[in-house]
Amino acid sequence: MIINSALFSGALLAAICSQLALSQDKSLTLPQTVEAGSAFSIQSTGSGKATLLIVGLGQVIKRDMQLGQTISFPSGTLYNAGRYVTVLERESSPSPETGAFNVLPSSKPAEINFLARPSRLQVGLRGGITGAAYLFDSYHNLVTVPTPVSFELSNPVGATQKRTATTKDGAAWTELDSTAQQGIDKFVARAGDVSSMRIIGQVPGDPCGLKMSAQPDGRQVHVKTEPVKDCSGNAVPDGTIVTFTETYGDAQSTVDVPLKRGIAEVKLPAHPGARISVASGVVLGNEIRWGN
Amino acid sequence: MKFGGGISVTRSFYILGSVLLAASCAAAQPTVQVEPTRLQGPRPLQEQTQATAVRDYLQAWQTVGTALQQNNAALLDRDFVGAAKDKLVETIQQQAALGVRTHYQDKAHDIKIAFYSPEGLSLQLTDDVDYDVQILDHEKEQTTQHVHAHYIVVMTPAEVRWRVRVFQAQPE
Repeated sequence: MIINSALFSGALLAAICSQLALSQDKSLTLPQTVEAGSAFSIQSTGSGKATLLIVGLGQVIKRDMQLGQTISFPSGTLYNAGRYVTVLERESSPSPETGAFNVLPSSKPAEINFLARPSRLQVGLRGGITGAAYLFDSYHNLVTVPTPVSFELSNPVGATQKRTATTKDGAAWTELDSTAQQGIDKFVARAGDVSSMRIIGQVPGDPCGLKMSAQPDGRQVHVKTEPVKDCSGNAVPDGTIVTFTETYGDAQSTVDVPLKRGIAEVKLPAHPGARISVASGVVLGNEIRWGN
Repeated sequence: MKFGGGISVTRSFYILGSVLLAASCAAAQPTVQVEPTRLQGPRPLQEQTQATAVRDYLQAWQTVGTALQQNNAALLDRDFVGAAKDKLVETIQQQAALGVRTHYQDKAHDIKIAFYSPEGLSLQLTDDVDYDVQILDHEKEQTTQHVHAHYIVVMTPAEVRWRVRVFQAQPE
């Protein structure tokens, strides 16, 4: 018991001495963290001249100082987030004193880097539009505090899709459907007071319900589609190729016709009993059997 | 907390010591651990893409070490772009103006791929990295410290490699 007590006292004494030695060695009181760009100060004890180095991958600062005084750093001095090492070179001591602290990004976003894809796509595609956003503060530090980001896709007639995602390590993303309406959509990412916009062009999809009619025209048959539209009712753009195929006996002839003012038309030889079909891409339309 | 307590102090050596240290550091290779990928985001990350990005990221650390040791910002062009490059260039300019040189030597990396953006134009990773930083003021070594830091890194694809666009340490 006596031995234990003596050991305990000895250990306590050693700990106190070690603390005293440590506090005597340390001339600087460093902040644990500093917000990027904000003012801060470092207190010092002792006397004599010294030089303070603050070294990081983002910045390096050197200041001459008088020990025993507080050295102040005005706002905007240290603005790049990261880990900083301090080195205090004292005239009175051959060995420098070292320490470290962190510079944290501001929690207020000042800039959004917004990646949106694609810039052009068909209407009515599920999950067809994606957006990823990275938030930065006014010193281009990645804002790492979880922050809500709203993503909004709106088309010219006012229909809007909205999603909110919270950033993780400064990044957030979303996935949206392209709408049924063709046109120029605005895709906006917003966090706090800042936003970034991208334009998404939505174009009609594949033709839907492709239908043609046939009329005799002398020794020919005049075939003509109805206005070609996609499944959402958007007019398929002129220039889209429509293929007419006429089959009679063992013979077959095919004609590719571009849409003009929304319709495709062509004159084919009028073979009694011929089967005439229409297609555009992978979409098949109706079939007509020309009278016997 | 790892971040606050991970710094050790080494007594000053003078030029001979620093040269020897730099030479021994140059030969050392860091240990690298890449954690299994647990991505946020819908885009799958191919093994080859991940391996290439990690390789390029590790090379970027070598570049940082050399560029800040030589105060040569031109060396950054291959591996850094955007804000990350701007900040490192600024650091090199400040070092040169103050007569300071630093030598960063990465010792160990524990890398996790965190996010691969849906369009494939950015990849985010985190890295619990151990490195030594040697600080020289007018060619006199002041200190070498061992630092443990948590890095958030955003990389973007360039013509033939991934480049670092965000390179930021923060407390865990």
